[in-house]
Amino acid sequence: MSHALGPHPDQHLTPLPETPWLQRIDPRIRILTSVVFAFLLVLSQKMPVLASGVTIGLFLVLMTRLPLAKTLKRTLGVDFFIVFMLVLLPFTTPGDFWFAIGPLTATWDGFLRAVEISLKAVGVVLTLLALVGTLEPSEFGHALYRLKIPEKLVHIMLFTVRYLDVLQREYHRLRTAMKAPAFVPRSNFHTWQTFGYLFAMLLVRSLERAERVHDAMKCRGFTGKFHLLGDMRINGQDWVFIGLSGMTLVALGVWEWV
Amino acid sequence: MGVKESLFYLEDIHYHYRPGYPVLEGFHFELNPKDKVALTGPNGSGKTTLFHLMVGLITPNQGKIFAFGKQRHQEKDFLEVRAKTGILFQDSDDQLFCPTVREDIAFGPLNLGKSKEEADIIVMRTLEQLGMESYEYRITHHLSGGEKRLIALATVLAMEPEVLLLDEPTNGLDQAAEKRLLDILSALPQAMVLISHHFDFLDRIATRHTVLDKKGIDLC
Repeated sequence: MSHALGPHPDQHLTPLPETPWLQRIDPRIRILTSVVFAFLLVLSQKMPVLASGVTIGLFLVLMTRLPLAKTLKRTLGVDFFIVFMLVLLPFTTPGDFWFAIGPLTATWDGFLRAVEISLKAVGVVLTLLALVGTLEPSEFGHALYRLKIPEKLVHIMLFTVRYLDVLQREYHRLRTAMKAPAFVPRSNFHTWQTFGYLFAMLLVRSLERAERVHDAMKCRGFTGKFHLLGDMRINGQDWVFIGLSGMTLVALGVWEWV
Repeated sequence: MGVKESLFYLEDIHYHYRPGYPVLEGFHFELNPKDKVALTGPNGSGKTTLFHLMVGLITPNQGKIFAFGKQRHQEKDFLEVRAKTGILFQDSDDQLFCPTVREDIAFGPLNLGKSKEEADIIVMRTLEQLGMESYEYRITHHLSGGEKRLIALATVLAMEPEVLLLDEPTNGLDQAAEKRLLDILSALPQAMVLISHHFDFLDRIATRHTVLDKKGIDLC
């Protein structure tokens, strides 16, 4: 799903025979597994458990056909969010002396804490990318719907994915229209006002589009009830996956807490 | 033909979006079976407005709308009209809102109470009719402009309408896509109203021509 927001890739939804086995596992199982795995990893504190978590994540990514370099870059992108915390942690956690920069002292405990957090983040993100990130948004939506997530939330998600691209195009059109009469953004009132107009216009257009979409839906007999197509069935391969991932999760849990 | 036999019979329609700026004033319009009406007129003359009035998305300030032999007043009356009338919107992005082509085409039939199995059959049949069988599982927002327009038409045809209202169907299409759409449209048996500025396009399909001028009076 992560690729749905990027440039358009291969457009087929049907599981082709050459699809890696992991991507043929029932979406619901993939979502549930990654959620349980994420909780387990976030609650773990032993370094070897966390390291295994990252290894499992890497293994799962290798099992998909995700481009490895791009995936790792994405994972590091998440780490970038927490980079300041990682840098600050050694200096703010009390514990054994590590080194000092002027009046600031770093501690080993803080360092270990930072490593722990980044391992957790990397492990969870890798698994999510491999298990959930490879789902098409519509598959993801359907799976959520069948996992009894409220229908309204599922449809908000599906509509967002559908119209994000349309909105983006609208934004670019407006942006080009701004550039055409030699507009150059500067740090002045004129620029702020112009950007204000841009976003207000985008909002107005989205609202109008929403009305037109609703009209079009009414014309096709919409009276407030959505019908989702497609059945999901759990087959033999899914059971194998449930068994293996279940055992892995239990093993990790036992290692951490027993 | 009269009120009873016409598919649509609009009598003395007045409509304005703002008081004092009428779009339609005393407009008459009649659509009979097998009619293929070309609707032309300058921007803002109320062509799209007329379509919206016909299926009850907006209500006239004055005048009577008869559709399929009955007078239609309120939202409830128009549900049946919408099931029998397919509108192709100007912007296909407004019309295709589902993640996949299959779900978009099945949306109408499912709303009309068809089962999932029946809907599946309709999806395949409609795609075959348009020669787009391989599109069933395509992601809607990845389609090109021409493909979107054809799939939007498929979503309309899937409801098996008796009347088609086409709002600038060839707008934004390249020549190849336009020709393909034209071939498909001329083969359709339904009564239709076409809004377009392409006169050669209208000449090939239309059997009758209605011009909306600023006052909204039927000239032909």
